[in-house]
Amino acid sequence: MSSELPLIGDYSPATGAALSGARIGVVTFPGTLDDRDAARAVRLAGAEPVSLWHADESLQDVDAVILPGGFSYGDYLRAGAIARFAPMMSKIVDAAKSDARLPVLGICNGFQILTESHLLPGSMIKNDHLKFICRDQVLRVENNNTAWTTQYAAGQEISIVLKNQDGQYIADEKTLDALEAEGRVAFRYVGWNPNGSRRDIAGITNEAGNVVGLMPHPEHAVEAGYGPDHTGTDGLGMFASVLTTLVGGTK
Amino acid sequence: MPRIVVDVMPKPEILDPQGKAIVGALPRLGFDAFAGVRQGKRFELTVEGEITEAILEQARNAAETLLSNPVIEDVVNVEVVAD
Repeated sequence: MSSELPLIGDYSPATGAALSGARIGVVTFPGTLDDRDAARAVRLAGAEPVSLWHADESLQDVDAVILPGGFSYGDYLRAGAIARFAPMMSKIVDAAKSDARLPVLGICNGFQILTESHLLPGSMIKNDHLKFICRDQVLRVENNNTAWTTQYAAGQEISIVLKNQDGQYIADEKTLDALEAEGRVAFRYVGWNPNGSRRDIAGITNEAGNVVGLMPHPEHAVEAGYGPDHTGTDGLGMFASVLTTLVGGTK
Repeated sequence: MPRIVVDVMPKPEILDPQGKAIVGALPRLGFDAFAGVRQGKRFELTVEGEITEAILEQARNAAETLLSNPVIEDVVNVEVVAD
């Protein structure tokens, strides 16, 4: 997958050249919107983006996978409901659950696909105010031990873009309590709950920490001059984190 | 052609944002008798030929696995409708 050079800002990869061998798959479903942006973020973090097509069955030996945002299959039936049954998703579900624990990041519609695939608990319903929302959103990193969050400090506040209509995270009280007790709330909305999500949850992780899903978009905050407040590069940490995870590094 | 109707509703404990918006709009049009609205989905599965018990069972399975998400929705009805 090609990703054009950035137009402005500091283009140097955030991580060293030694990490540049990592190959990160970006899945495209019919109706995916942000695959190019996700590939670009991967490139900026210093890895090689690999385009994965939903109907294919080969993961092409990628080291990690990103399910980008958009409206897969038009979000018909429920957001992410039909994408779940794509051949590529079966491969990803198996790899995420295997001993190899393939790191998987689901962003927005990708998060919805992860819940429909039962890789993550709960579900998303329509925003409580019923409107599509697009804004800069502050999140607190609640768990910096997942495959995708090690480059952040625990409790660090980051500002990235939020844009969705079905972003209200819900689960039953028992599930929510378990998520809290096990430290599986990865990101929480700060300052304002933009969609009615239970307990201000913006993103969660599975038990092993290799699968992370969140509604806001880190891939839109990776280049100086284009992120929130036209300075934000707070999203880049997620892509840099997985590279650190892949080389077995620690913070 | 014979059809199987599947009705799916949001779980009772889950706030239904769409239903809430509708219940807000009703009195503005003079429909003032309704205290609540919940919006669900109705699927019509058409079958070529006779609907057997096996086909009905398939419809029930499809209702639980694809047509509804058990985290947020209940399948409240699966029935055969004759034309």
